[in-house]
Amino acid sequence: MTETALAPSRSLNPFSGLMSGTVGPVIVVVLAIIAIWYIAAVALNARFQQDIYERADRTDVPVSELIADTLAQERPVLPSPHQVLVEIWQTTVEKKITSKRSLVYHASVTLSSTLLGFFIGTLLGILLAIGIVHSRVLEKSLMPWVISSQTIPILAIAPMIIVVLNAIGISGLLPKAMISTYLSFFPVTVGMVKGLRSPELIHMDLMHTYSATRVQAFWKLRLPYAVPYLFTSMKIGMAASLVGAIIGELPTGAVEGLGARLLTGSYYGQTVQIWSALIMAALLAGTLVALIGVLEKITLNRMGMAR
Amino acid sequence: MTAVASAKDVTMVDAKSDDPSRVIDIDKLSLTFETNDGPVHALSDIDLKIEKGDFVSFIGPSGCGKTTLLRVIADLEQPTEGSITVNGVSPEEARLNRAYGYVFQAAALYPWRTIAKNIALPLEIMGLSRAEQKSRIEKNLDLVNLTGFEKKYPWQLSGGMQQRASIARALAVEPDLLLMDEPFGALDEIVRDHLNEQLLQLWAKTNKTVVFVTHSIPEAVFLSTKIVVLCPRPGRIYDVIESDLPRDRNLDVRESPEFLKIAHRVREGLKAGHSYED
Repeated sequence: MTETALAPSRSLNPFSGLMSGTVGPVIVVVLAIIAIWYIAAVALNARFQQDIYERADRTDVPVSELIADTLAQERPVLPSPHQVLVEIWQTTVEKKITSKRSLVYHASVTLSSTLLGFFIGTLLGILLAIGIVHSRVLEKSLMPWVISSQTIPILAIAPMIIVVLNAIGISGLLPKAMISTYLSFFPVTVGMVKGLRSPELIHMDLMHTYSATRVQAFWKLRLPYAVPYLFTSMKIGMAASLVGAIIGELPTGAVEGLGARLLTGSYYGQTVQIWSALIMAALLAGTLVALIGVLEKITLNRMGMAR
Repeated sequence: MTAVASAKDVTMVDAKSDDPSRVIDIDKLSLTFETNDGPVHALSDIDLKIEKGDFVSFIGPSGCGKTTLLRVIADLEQPTEGSITVNGVSPEEARLNRAYGYVFQAAALYPWRTIAKNIALPLEIMGLSRAEQKSRIEKNLDLVNLTGFEKKYPWQLSGGMQQRASIARALAVEPDLLLMDEPFGALDEIVRDHLNEQLLQLWAKTNKTVVFVTHSIPEAVFLSTKIVVLCPRPGRIYDVIESDLPRDRNLDVRESPEFLKIAHRVREGLKAGHSYED
């Protein structure tokens, strides 16, 4: 009965089959973004192309040629997707990793300070949260600083951290990682405070009836309860870490790293280089966050919390 | 009674009860919550003695303080006036001695622990050896008829089974006193009847003292040797009924005239206490 009732409505929408799975919608969104990107590239680059035609006294350029030319400029306002793809291909697969022009090399530089900063930031965030949850004094004295730390523009404070640390003889990976730490400890602190406080009252009462110590209550109740919160905030922290690492590379004189690629790209108007570095950073962040997602799944499965 | 005449101030442990069979001794106990809307008199002038081996039910409408009274015994709430001893000492000391097991309204099992691991939780906190933990888990799962479910997670069990697991967890501490706060309140009548029968058998087998909070008259009468009827605003004891039903009883007893007589008295008490309100 329901079969006949549903059948006509199913055939009404030709897209219903396409949009029913997960693959379909993802592909549609990706195609839409690429299409918008191409349209924007043509629109943004057209003026410069017309200037070139004017200088060459060419007035009757067909539209198809104009479009083809706008998508093939050397320093376009907005490079087209295929230009960026070609650039990425050339600087990853076709370059040796040791080369100064290899995007893989620069990405790995950024990755190492991202991971170090993320690791320190997560640890710091967890420790701060433990302190805040267990002590009213710490909550009152730390929480305002934790929050106000994030209201300072990271671009303003990053050069100072680099300069100060350089002055006391710390250079290289650690100063950049500090900026990642600065950005990534915050979501972890906030998430873990919430997580460590999330046990239901009844569970806390239960611990009380067992005369459990605070340490026992922490390990056996608060921490397991906070695990899902930890993974969620680690995902945010990881993305923030990468941003921090890139920003940390800007004031160092742009020697190496994705941040350096962005900076040299903007010095020389190499928009294709900027965009390929941006895409690389996005891919890196996506991969790292997905890795945490896998770790989360495995952990929750082992804990019996995934259903 | 005369000994307490001077106990107006808050004394947790007054003259230690010299009667060894007395498990709980409450004298002129009051508890007032200070809220933004002014004080709430949750408990007022409670006098109650509970002997070893008793099965005592607290019954009353919501807001009568029956759960609060149980929480005072468990040292989850502090009285503002009067005195209370559990096993002859203050509730806090009794809690630290692990004198009681507490069963909450909800099963409150930890979702990331298997049933066996949930029962092991208080045992881990007590610092028992692995072997001892294992034997207690087996023994108490058997007591509540859950053998074979050790490795299941709580969400894989029905509500009734979860509550049985939480009773096993409370029993694993091996307390002489079992405090139960509407443990079967969320279950349907058939499961509740079944669990009530099991609980009685358990009580007969282990000779524990049980304090049981409920708002079901048949449940209270069926289970108890002593029924305490409370009424609200302020929360106080309206009636204490000593049941003359035989200790060894089954569900059929609910058809007997004695049962109906006690149930009638409880109902009258609840009605009288209730009309006080509005």
